[in-house]
Amino acid sequence: MALPATRPTGAVPAGAVLSSDQLLEIYYYLRLTRTLEERVALYRQTKVIGGLFRSLGQEGESVASAYALERGRHKDVLSPLIRNLGSLLVMGARPVEILRQYMAKADSPTRGRELNVHFNDLEKGYLGQISHLGDMIPVMAGIALSFKLRREPRVGLVYIGDGGTSTGTFHEGLNLAAVQRLPLVVIGEYNHWAYSTPPEKQFAVKDLAEKAKGYGVPAVTVDGNDVFAVYEATRFAVERARRGKGAHFIEVKTYRRKGHAEHDDQHYVAKADLERWAKEDDPIDRYVQRLLTADLVGEADLKDIDDRVRVEVDQATDACVDEPLPPAESALPGVYVDPPAAEKLWFKVL
Amino acid sequence: MAEVTFLEALRQGLWEEMERDERVFILGEDVGSYGGAFKVTDGFSKRFGESRVIDTPISEAAIVGAAAGAAHMGLRPVAEMQFIDFISCAYDMLTNYVATARYRAGLSTPMVVRGPCGGYVRGGPFHSQNPEAAFLHTPGLKIVYPATARDAKGLIKASIRDEDPVLYLEHKWLYRRIKEQLPEGEEILTPIGQARIAREGKHLSIISYGATLWKSLEAAEQLEKADGVSVEVLDLRTLLPMDDAAIIATVKKTNKVLIVHEDTRTGGIAGEIAARINEQAFEWLDGPIMRVTAHDVPLPYAPTLEDFVLPQTDDIVKAARWLAAY
Repeated sequence: MALPATRPTGAVPAGAVLSSDQLLEIYYYLRLTRTLEERVALYRQTKVIGGLFRSLGQEGESVASAYALERGRHKDVLSPLIRNLGSLLVMGARPVEILRQYMAKADSPTRGRELNVHFNDLEKGYLGQISHLGDMIPVMAGIALSFKLRREPRVGLVYIGDGGTSTGTFHEGLNLAAVQRLPLVVIGEYNHWAYSTPPEKQFAVKDLAEKAKGYGVPAVTVDGNDVFAVYEATRFAVERARRGKGAHFIEVKTYRRKGHAEHDDQHYVAKADLERWAKEDDPIDRYVQRLLTADLVGEADLKDIDDRVRVEVDQATDACVDEPLPPAESALPGVYVDPPAAEKLWFKVL
Repeated sequence: MAEVTFLEALRQGLWEEMERDERVFILGEDVGSYGGAFKVTDGFSKRFGESRVIDTPISEAAIVGAAAGAAHMGLRPVAEMQFIDFISCAYDMLTNYVATARYRAGLSTPMVVRGPCGGYVRGGPFHSQNPEAAFLHTPGLKIVYPATARDAKGLIKASIRDEDPVLYLEHKWLYRRIKEQLPEGEEILTPIGQARIAREGKHLSIISYGATLWKSLEAAEQLEKADGVSVEVLDLRTLLPMDDAAIIATVKKTNKVLIVHEDTRTGGIAGEIAARINEQAFEWLDGPIMRVTAHDVPLPYAPTLEDFVLPQTDDIVKAARWLAAY
């Protein structure tokens, strides 16, 4: 799909504000996301017990949108979806944490309780999703509300898929953010597939941006596989929100190149479409091409990053792959602060 | 006779009702050409067309609400929740609108809400839930929970034909594990509201349903062999309305009761069953009514944790042995 280059009014072109170090850092996160997912896939149905959800083809928008935030302790906060591994990595999640989550290790961030990218670090600035789509929109509106009430110059960012915009919670949350003028940026990921359901069965509007406009939220549609376009649009929206101008919606058009999860063979997707998106519209390929064509970085720099990523992913794997699963009774504590643990049931002590 | 899985039996039941009655239609997420996340409706769209097998947006409240409206007008909707965990998104529609419709407004709402429930599959907290207790407390709904292939078929057909809204819970751990010979060409209908003796016994009764019915049967087998304890196992099949007569009959026969369910303990269905036994057969009891249930925590993902939290065959054996010796 050829998309018109859409640049929000007032945005500064990304090439003008990103240093070559930053451009390389973005490349590092793009490469890390893809390599790490490929690594997780190697362990599917052995060490990785639950489902595996790939973001292949969507790494660009994940990384670029998160990169537009202020990162660090007690800065901006985002809430990723299942295909936003890149966003999590940008915010400071470590590859070993991702591997441990997928493998349900005792030392995983949720100590084996939750799956894949469902975990938090509010100090670093990310709040894990639950499986119920849309729920994170009102929750992130609440996080943005806390920034507003405390007069902190912080911004919340939350992702929603094209399918997720059909939920009631998405609409309620967005409307609340609009009327309260909350510092919330919503990234609407139009990746063409909600499990097996295509957009035309999901909504009757052409663009997700139209939904946001219905709530009085400014909305733009950008090419989601153009790292620069996503970065520019997000940066504009984030800074606007930080200045107290309220919520903003950014629709990123992209494409889910794998099945809903790895068990899904995508038989409902035309092979030609997959091939075209892979060949002509891969976000990493496009980014690299742009960097090299404009002579913004050197080819050797990129190669160095590829090598570094491979080493880091190897090290992360070695560090955790043989770690134990959590001990059985560690299932009991933590439902409440007090009492400290759920009761061990009578038949377990016979 | 042909051997069919639990899932295939459910499919057959749905298929036969779609063939029999053109008012029956299906709506849900990815139920059409994809055939549903677990392939329960595989091939339905091709046979019955997109107008009777409707792919919906990700909108559980709209799915259930629209099913109710269509049911008022005389259609027979079968709404699928992709995982039953998402039924919470339609809780308002089900409890406030659907369940009260007949009582408050004389509205008929013959509809089925069905979906895969249950754990033992490493699904984590949002793909393993057992939501029955929340709806047991909702007058106006019926709840069925088959454990066998025969009842998977018989209960979906009965649910579709019922004049009231039915929540049909199907345990995903049973989908392909349970196989059974079913007669071809004979109509299978399981009446709603009737439990079934899954195994005869005389020393102790286990009351269960769903996946733990099979674990209870396994435990009964072990107790018979190892201890010579004869265990009766009652398969509830319908949770609402509850078959008091069958429950009381087994209590009077064995005088000891262990209730086993996969849902968490506090506020779980076992509490309601125990109360009914107290009220109706207290003097027949030779021991306390005991429960084997999940621990009171959200269901965790790691195999070590899930195995500990959920009731296992070995837990049932130990509990029943304790009760038999009481």
